[in-house]
Amino acid sequence: MRIALFIACFNDVMYPRTGKAMVRLLRRLGHEVVFPRGQTCCGQMHFNTGYQDDCIPLAEHFCDVFDGYDVVLAASGSCASMVEEYYPTLADRAGSQRLHRRVDSVGARLFELSELLVDVLGVTDTGSYFPHRVTYHPTCHTLRMLRVGDKPTQLLRNVEGIELAELPEAEECCGFGGTFAIKNADTSTAMGSDKVANAMRTGAEVLTAADNSCLMHIGGMLSRGRSPMRPLHYAEILASTREDPLGTGGPVREVDRPTREFAP
Amino acid sequence: MPPFPEAAAHELRNSQQRHNLHKATRTIRAKRDALVAERDDWEQLRLSAEAIKNDTLAHLDEYLLQFEEAATAAGAIVHWAPDAESANRIVARLAVDAGADEVVKAKSMTTEEIGLDRALAAAGVDAYETDLAALIVQLAGDVPSHIVVPAIHRNRAEIRQIFDKNMGAFGRPAPDGMTDDPASLAAAARAHLREKFLRAGVAVTGANFAVAETGTLMLVESEGNGRMCVTMPKTLISVVGIEKIIPTWRDTEVFLQLLARSATGERMNPYTSMWTGVHHAEGVSGEPVADGPEQVHIVLLDEGRTDVLADPAGRSALRCIRCAACLNVCPVYSRTGGHAYGSVYPGPIGAVLTPQLRGLHSEQDRNLPYASSLCGACFDACPVRIPIPHLLTHLRSKVVDAEPAFPPSPERVAMKAASAIFERPAAMGLGERLAGLAHKVIRGGPDANVPSVPGLAGWFGSRDVAVPPPESFSNWWSRTDGGTRDGGDVP
Repeated sequence: MRIALFIACFNDVMYPRTGKAMVRLLRRLGHEVVFPRGQTCCGQMHFNTGYQDDCIPLAEHFCDVFDGYDVVLAASGSCASMVEEYYPTLADRAGSQRLHRRVDSVGARLFELSELLVDVLGVTDTGSYFPHRVTYHPTCHTLRMLRVGDKPTQLLRNVEGIELAELPEAEECCGFGGTFAIKNADTSTAMGSDKVANAMRTGAEVLTAADNSCLMHIGGMLSRGRSPMRPLHYAEILASTREDPLGTGGPVREVDRPTREFAP
Repeated sequence: MPPFPEAAAHELRNSQQRHNLHKATRTIRAKRDALVAERDDWEQLRLSAEAIKNDTLAHLDEYLLQFEEAATAAGAIVHWAPDAESANRIVARLAVDAGADEVVKAKSMTTEEIGLDRALAAAGVDAYETDLAALIVQLAGDVPSHIVVPAIHRNRAEIRQIFDKNMGAFGRPAPDGMTDDPASLAAAARAHLREKFLRAGVAVTGANFAVAETGTLMLVESEGNGRMCVTMPKTLISVVGIEKIIPTWRDTEVFLQLLARSATGERMNPYTSMWTGVHHAEGVSGEPVADGPEQVHIVLLDEGRTDVLADPAGRSALRCIRCAACLNVCPVYSRTGGHAYGSVYPGPIGAVLTPQLRGLHSEQDRNLPYASSLCGACFDACPVRIPIPHLLTHLRSKVVDAEPAFPPSPERVAMKAASAIFERPAAMGLGERLAGLAHKVIRGGPDANVPSVPGLAGWFGSRDVAVPPPESFSNWWSRTDGGTRDGGDVP
């Protein structure tokens, strides 16, 4: 299948490894991957902060970029939910039936990784290898807007060598929330501290999720606490194989430089 | 009252309260989850409740008139109060006319909203709360912290102290030898309150539902204090928000199944009281006598509700049945407690209801829609399916739209700059430009994680930030043709 990647601005700049892992994984599964040029930001930060007018051109642009593709894979569950959940609101605000039709169309073709693998490609075993203890944090937008259910853990459970540790109070928000982390920094920190404490209880080497934004927040707290636990997008775990394994590396401050495995 | 971010920071430092809140919200949450899970028609019930409430709101004028007609025919007196001031004036006048210098209160969130106690005090009437938790709050000189469990932020050791110290000033003092055992505390409250019930000539209550078809008010509770209030005093005054209407008696079937499960994690609440006007029984010599209150007054309160109704994107907040399920699942509320919201209705529903009822005029009300990480747990828990995250983003846009464009706030400048870049991406290099910028901002500390960046102190207070790698994904893709040449590492 020909799959168009929607990398999202934040992943593009801060976490290019996630996109590369998706490319590697999908090619290994025999699919063609394309990266439509000119893609930018979905506008979630603007939207969630109240700047809805600023998002309307971004929604139009998103539709332009991904118009000709049957299947679009979003590197971030949160950005996928922005398109599916809130672009229709923007179309209403713009008073444009045309934009409404376009965003509905692109929303129906847009998938988060586990949705694409399990629902579209019918894959639950990706032939991956990752011999580490891992705990999975179901990020709020993936869980409650995209409703991916247990698809990510279905995939992770089938990774060879993995030891999946259940995260206590897994479904509670980590406290990132975009500009919430800045506007309500104290509350965000209180929520993040509890998430980190629960993660530490699992004894996992790696905390994984479908959103690098939440992982950046949790990882930033792990780093500040000098925790050896490493935040990692689950695409990277699925991309790891016995032939080309991904190590767990050290804490966030080391591993967020390009790693040996994924060095350009 | 300071805006939420500062008030929350203050509340977060209260470690005893945080402990109490954590324990209490998780206990209620677990009970609720277990009882919701045993209903295989839970989603259908939610959809029914949403549909009934939507129908009610769409024809609210008709249902209100129908309610007035039915209640009046049954002997109640219906008063219309466009705002808090008129509602307070009506209630105070009724209490004074009844010759009362004190009233007992039950289920009185709406009266909290309008500040009734102050208005009564000004008219020389003392108001006593009879709900155990509301009593604790009143004795402590505190304000409620939760919609259903107003004293959720207190533990029993604190409650014992409050009773011991303050009960005597309000009436019957706490008995000697009272312990912090729940039964001992409840016995003390019971004795204290019994005195009030027996003496009171006037009761003021709220209502959970008002049935248009029959003119009936319904009050749902756990302790029986509400039932005492609606049966013992000669005059019964109920202050009811106009959104409490439901069309028919049959509709109560849906809401009574949803409410107790959502609110307290019980299959059914212990006491459900319903009254329709004045009830007459036969006296000893065959004459009609009132069985229960001789005078029943109903004050229908608007106080901003029709303004909420006028906003198609915001009106779903009026579906709220005040179960507080959204508070118990909210990660923000369960850490800050209710006081930080500076609103009678705290938590997620308060963050969308209060700024709509009061308007976005104050700094405090403009901050409420931002008091959420938009995690969405509130919507999943809401028995009437209020899309709280959507309402929050809607209200945030109203806050931003109402801001003067000039001079622009630093946030507006940043947002405009970001969208200017995003709207016109170069064929290549957007990532690099941003990465270069991020490098300039973030690099510099001795170990490449700088301690602070101006304007982002909130982030750096508790979190490090990863340094962006030197090459973005888009540049890598272009340089290596999707990882197929020039050192691309993807086969």
